[in-house]
Amino acid sequence: MASIIKTEKLKKTYGQITAVDELDLEVEKGMIFGFLGPNGAGKTTTIGMLTTIIRPTSGTATVNGYSVINEPGKIRSSIGIVFQDFSVDTILTGRENLDMSAQLYGIQKAQRKDRIDELLALVELTKRADSLVRTYSGGMKRRLELVRGLLHRPAVLFLDEPTLGLDPRSRVTIWKYIKEMAEREKTTIMLTTHYMEEAEEMCDQVAIIDNGKIIKQGTPEELIDTVGGDIVYLKAKRYDEKLLRNLDFVKDIQIKDGCATIKVENASLNLPELMRMVPDIEKVEVRSPTLSDVFLAYTGRTLKEDSGQSSWMDDAMRYTTQGR
Amino acid sequence: MIAVWRREFKVFQREISRVVASVVSPLMWLVLFGVGVGASMNVGSYQSFIFPGIIMMSVLFSSMFYGVYIIWDRKIDVLKAVLIAPVSRFSIFLGKVLGGCTDTLMQATVLLVIGIFLVSYTPLGFLLAVVIIFITAVGFVALGLTIGSLFESFEGFQLIGTFINFPLFFLSGALFPLDRPGLPGWLLIASRFNPLTYAVDGARYAMLGESAFPIYVDFAAVGIFSFTMLVLGSISFNRMK
Repeated sequence: MASIIKTEKLKKTYGQITAVDELDLEVEKGMIFGFLGPNGAGKTTTIGMLTTIIRPTSGTATVNGYSVINEPGKIRSSIGIVFQDFSVDTILTGRENLDMSAQLYGIQKAQRKDRIDELLALVELTKRADSLVRTYSGGMKRRLELVRGLLHRPAVLFLDEPTLGLDPRSRVTIWKYIKEMAEREKTTIMLTTHYMEEAEEMCDQVAIIDNGKIIKQGTPEELIDTVGGDIVYLKAKRYDEKLLRNLDFVKDIQIKDGCATIKVENASLNLPELMRMVPDIEKVEVRSPTLSDVFLAYTGRTLKEDSGQSSWMDDAMRYTTQGR
Repeated sequence: MIAVWRREFKVFQREISRVVASVVSPLMWLVLFGVGVGASMNVGSYQSFIFPGIIMMSVLFSSMFYGVYIIWDRKIDVLKAVLIAPVSRFSIFLGKVLGGCTDTLMQATVLLVIGIFLVSYTPLGFLLAVVIIFITAVGFVALGLTIGSLFESFEGFQLIGTFINFPLFFLSGALFPLDRPGLPGWLLIASRFNPLTYAVDGARYAMLGESAFPIYVDFAAVGIFSFTMLVLGSISFNRMK
């Protein structure tokens, strides 16, 4: 498959601080690509460089075949962006917001209305399309922004922390819409997030970034597999520990207070056999490792520890470097 | 460009209360201030004398503040979404200027219509006044946008009111004639360098048929000012982050 985003040794420094450190990245066409990392890891800066808002210190990148350094105009026509902070006009209605944007992107009047109706329907905003955005909830504003980014059928849609600050329910709704959009519009989506559920739920490919460097890249499943197998909790009357240990898919076993914690390779495949070996099971629970376990394994820190702490840096960068 | 202008126009329609407020304040100047001071001045009808000046005052204030308002747009990221579109900065800038001028012109027109009861000007005078108001508005919206694109925070907002608008207004001959012998020389010189002086003078010519300078001088001065501001504004808009 062809890659639609490609960076080579992409770097951005602010004085002494290296925000993005010689990043090599390839994103294939048509996928939802997630950029996962704590705040201040360099996600927003990378997006900024790819969308031609921020000029790289060194290195190169191409988006949709155009160079971010030499052809910013062509890139801008072929991408859509949803910023971290809301950027819809609250004093206009939803439809007017889309209409203005459609004009800015040079969409012909004849197609404008149909396209807007189609997109409003996609995110189920048709009913509220003619109310002022001021009266929208956070989730509705986000939905409007998502389709605003799609108006001109961009080759790539960039989403910077699309669900930041939304309540869990709206977040799940937004995920649903993003997936639908990607499928319907055949758009490549690149999103940043520091929520691992978000990356796991939506992304075909994930790159974990920390301190401006990519630590690990792959499908969520691949990444999780690198950490190791699943964990099975068993409660039974008695265990034949030796028998269990001899199973080749069992990596480790601990029995405590009548409960067994068993580390297993590929639980979905091997669980039935494991259960046959233990009579009279009262309770069984399988937990798979998550991307946060992956992050922990590679950085020695959890995502949660970091989020919130270094956010001032992301903010500072956003304010000092917004454009050219 | 048209898209940007249409947005500004809609915003303006929605905030019609702003128009009311912006018309009331000049009227108060005209009625309360005009009657009060007029009683002790000998320039014929003082109220009709200051009327063109008061209109220009409202033009100056609304244009400038309109321009400076982009600081706010930038803070809430609305502008960012516009700037990222594949449209040249210059056309966004022009759209903004036109939007501001439309605002200002509509306010001024309301005032002009009210003014019919006070000053009896000809239809041609009315038209001439609208033209000079428009050119003046272009200049000051562009100046406001220039300032707005340089400042990152609202602290500058108050300063502009105090250090730019009021001196320009007081030194423009809006409230008193500039051709009286009693005026100190420094004030006279300062007023000569004030673009608003020519705008007020031109408007006075259009409405009352009297002016300190020939009308072509007024037009030339205001025109040069507005053109310079357009150039300056588009440069600083291009550099804006």
